[in-house]
Amino acid sequence: MPRSTNSFDIIVIGGGHAGCEAAAVAARMGARVALVSFDLGAVGAMSCNPAIGGLGKGHLVREVDAFDGLIARAADAAAIHYRMLNRSKGSAVQGPRIQADRRLYKAEIHRLLAEQGDLTLIAGEAAGLVLSGGRVAGVHLADGGQLSSAAVVLCTGTFLGGTLFRGEERLTGGRIGEASAQVLATQLRDAELPMSRLKTGTPPRLDGRTIEWSRLQEQHSDADLWCMSALTQTRANPQIFCAITRTNPHSHDVIRANLHRSPLFSGAIGAQGPRYCPSIEDKIHRFADRDGHQVFLEPEGLDTHLVYPNGISTSLPADVQLTMLRTMDGLEAVEMVVSGYAVEYDHIDPRALRPSLEVRAIPGLYCAGQINGTTGYEEAAAQGLVAGMHAASTVMGREPAPLDRANSYIAVMIDDLTLHGVTEPYRMLTARAEYRLRLRANNASTRLTPLALQAGCVGAERKEWFFRRSDRKATLEGELERSVSASELAGADLPVRGDAGRMSLREWLRFGGVDIAGLAPWIDSEALTDAVLVEEVTEDAAYAPYVARQDSELRELRASEALGLGDQFPYADIPGLSREMVERLGAAQPATLAAAGRIPGVTPAALAALLVHARRRAA
Amino acid sequence: MTDTIFALSSGQPPAAIAVIRVSGPYAGAALQALAGRLPAARRAVTVSLRDAEAELLDRALALWLPGPGTATGEDMAELQCHGGRAVVAAVEAALSALPELRRATSGEFTRLAFANGKIDLAEAEGLADLLSAETELQRKSAMAMAGGAFSRQVEAWRERLLMASAQVEVVLDFGDEDGPADLPAEFMATLTALGDEIAEWLAAPRAEALREGYRVVLAGPPNVGKSTLFNALVAYDAAITAPIAGTTRDVLTQSVAISGVPFSFADTAGLRIDSEDSIEIIGMERARAAIDLADLVLWLGEEGEGPGGCWEIEPQIDRDLLPVKSNPRHRVSALSGEGVDVLRYDLVAAARLALPRAGQAALNLRQHRLLSEAKAALDFAAGEGDPLLVAEHLRVTRLAFDALLGRTTTEDMLDSLFGRFCIGK
Repeated sequence: MPRSTNSFDIIVIGGGHAGCEAAAVAARMGARVALVSFDLGAVGAMSCNPAIGGLGKGHLVREVDAFDGLIARAADAAAIHYRMLNRSKGSAVQGPRIQADRRLYKAEIHRLLAEQGDLTLIAGEAAGLVLSGGRVAGVHLADGGQLSSAAVVLCTGTFLGGTLFRGEERLTGGRIGEASAQVLATQLRDAELPMSRLKTGTPPRLDGRTIEWSRLQEQHSDADLWCMSALTQTRANPQIFCAITRTNPHSHDVIRANLHRSPLFSGAIGAQGPRYCPSIEDKIHRFADRDGHQVFLEPEGLDTHLVYPNGISTSLPADVQLTMLRTMDGLEAVEMVVSGYAVEYDHIDPRALRPSLEVRAIPGLYCAGQINGTTGYEEAAAQGLVAGMHAASTVMGREPAPLDRANSYIAVMIDDLTLHGVTEPYRMLTARAEYRLRLRANNASTRLTPLALQAGCVGAERKEWFFRRSDRKATLEGELERSVSASELAGADLPVRGDAGRMSLREWLRFGGVDIAGLAPWIDSEALTDAVLVEEVTEDAAYAPYVARQDSELRELRASEALGLGDQFPYADIPGLSREMVERLGAAQPATLAAAGRIPGVTPAALAALLVHARRRAA
Repeated sequence: MTDTIFALSSGQPPAAIAVIRVSGPYAGAALQALAGRLPAARRAVTVSLRDAEAELLDRALALWLPGPGTATGEDMAELQCHGGRAVVAAVEAALSALPELRRATSGEFTRLAFANGKIDLAEAEGLADLLSAETELQRKSAMAMAGGAFSRQVEAWRERLLMASAQVEVVLDFGDEDGPADLPAEFMATLTALGDEIAEWLAAPRAEALREGYRVVLAGPPNVGKSTLFNALVAYDAAITAPIAGTTRDVLTQSVAISGVPFSFADTAGLRIDSEDSIEIIGMERARAAIDLADLVLWLGEEGEGPGGCWEIEPQIDRDLLPVKSNPRHRVSALSGEGVDVLRYDLVAAARLALPRAGQAALNLRQHRLLSEAKAALDFAAGEGDPLLVAEHLRVTRLAFDALLGRTTTEDMLDSLFGRFCIGK
């Protein structure tokens, strides 16, 4: 069948982190994809913080990378500062984070998009969805044109019904200077999707030339040469330092005196903002006993003077922002280039979505990113990957990668969103992952690339890299099976008792004071050349007892994951389920009994009733 | 649609009355079919029960209990019939003949109550103990479990555990964002305090002790009157007594309640070293095994030869022999009864100390195991320096609490629990 230029398998609306990953993965899987954005120049923009990664977030970046996604590679291409957070703690909670040059980041995203497959960028406003027989059939454009497709992925960020607040000012739009998708928002509201509003905010941008850097504590880029993407070999850019300053009682006085002018406190913004990333006025109001909050001064790029003051997102009036800034050390003479603002925007209650991120009520429509109530580039990118993969799998008739809470942070997030919904913008934290000892940022490729290969999400370069790496891993693991006696180790001055017997090198790694460097004399040095791989394999050995213990837990979990409840489970007909339980279960529509158990507030008695009835129905 | 089930809920006939319960959507229809009418809700009325051929089965008391405010949460009917075997069989046959009804499986009524949110898991376990409780002490302890005392305690522990976990997670997820970099100084002390409270529960007597009774073993050489004393204590001619050494060749066990305290008395083969009778040797091995498991041994042999902690008993004082033991705890004649009552009082006092107190919620084996797991994980956490692994141990602790509260619905656990109920409970 000939295809017109207006006909696609999948249309992605929005060119942020979610949209780019959704379009890219679908194209890698062989689908014909269109990415529609108001302004193609804004595709791949970092709209807020010029940083990628962090605790929990760094895990998501590495997982998207394991699926051959874009975010980690673009981050490396743009990185001007690398920092491994939580370095003093166990590696399962270490968070890789980089600061990016915005211009370089966007350029790399455009370069990568061009090589992902059959992917067309289309400039235009998606005015509404084309629906046919209750299914999505395409998109109406504001200029009167129409595109057809089997699936649409909505990645509209804060553009959906977005309103900007700065002091007493109000603007309509998602980011400063751009229009928002009001028509689409109206259409989704009319479809009676459960929608509500959230808020987020951004700090002012500073002119770096007016900061007295010499008076501030510097933070340098990490000396060891780790990278975000498994495919990156080296640092692409010169590394620059950040600096740290603090708010002080004087800054807090300025804020308190003007709280009534902040839309957050005047009542103009009713929506809930992120507890984990609060505005500075929020912090001062809620933690009144603290006399200062850390502010990281992060340069936005190599050829710009703009500096992002991380930690003081605000919607106070511009004049108050400047006064507050100038109370801080090193900022006494600072100039503000753009003032901070808050955004209130529409999001869909993610409980209306399937675990594939498809809207249950509108088959063929997928949603990813802030529209689902999350905050952060990394969360958005990971959802884009999931939505794009599922949309493409459905269109192409293949199986998507099986993700669950025990194999990925991505699945933890999707599960949390679709079962719990959100009451504030959702941010990834390592605490959300109960199996985090096995979900480390440094083993993402091992965990997920085989699944990604199976699902067809991986390009040739990574495929080849992964097979070579698997060989190296097998070699190293073989080396670690070598059995060595305690007396030999003691003879090499390792802190083990000489009579402790013989064990494999892998088992010796569990002993305090024994590390891979100490065992190197017993290992073929060829097997130790890949430092990242060595780190992963030795940590596997160290965590092995905990991981083995979790295995029995997981067997039970997977047994109850196997008990499906389905879309139309008649909760109301189950005797003894209270109205509250019927409501909670009905809103989240858990796919399995195990998922039902993860819905907050669902009682053991309700679960037992569900179990009994699900069994009876299955019988 | 759920099934409608029925079962005899009282003890085995013959008895004065027999209670047959029906639960499910057809309970009302079943009552109407047998009684000819549906009585007013929650009113005990006398009805004539008839089968499909209109044959009179019994004159019985009937109760119509529409759900959900019932024990199972479903519609229920209750028939209090005369307790003869024939009557019960006839009424059950008439119920079976109704196409919508089937006999309940073991524990199914309680399982329904659990599934319909009428009771939680710990309450269900307490109920299982209650139904098998034979003595006043057992009943009171089971009542405490069924009343949710243990569940409330675990809930309170779980809350404290969550607070501790939150402190660790803040360090892990926000240590690099202006949050606390290390655990507060008093953190490990709070874990230890929680562990100590759990240890107190673990040290308390277990529910099995109540079900099995306080185990008293009578031991000593052959023919010193163990069986005679045994019979006097259980007040029942359970053991054959004869003046021939080696009469008791196996271990005879008898459960009795004395002053509401459950006992299990064991009469053992006489212990002697020169026996060549292989059956007697087996009996002696069993005797030693019983002694190992005993809560208390009454030693009727040579002074000082009994197992550690035993009570020295001077038996057969009616025989006009010279006192053999210099400092016996009791001197008794099982034949005349002299001293036996005093021994009984002493036994009751000892058993009361060793068994759960009246109204004290006692843990069963499963609860004890899970609580031990929780305690072990807490101990690991308190001794761990890496906050990441502290967090993992606390997570394991929480899993054990969740299992105690029934938050994890493992089919096996439910089956084994509800399998303990007699049919109809």
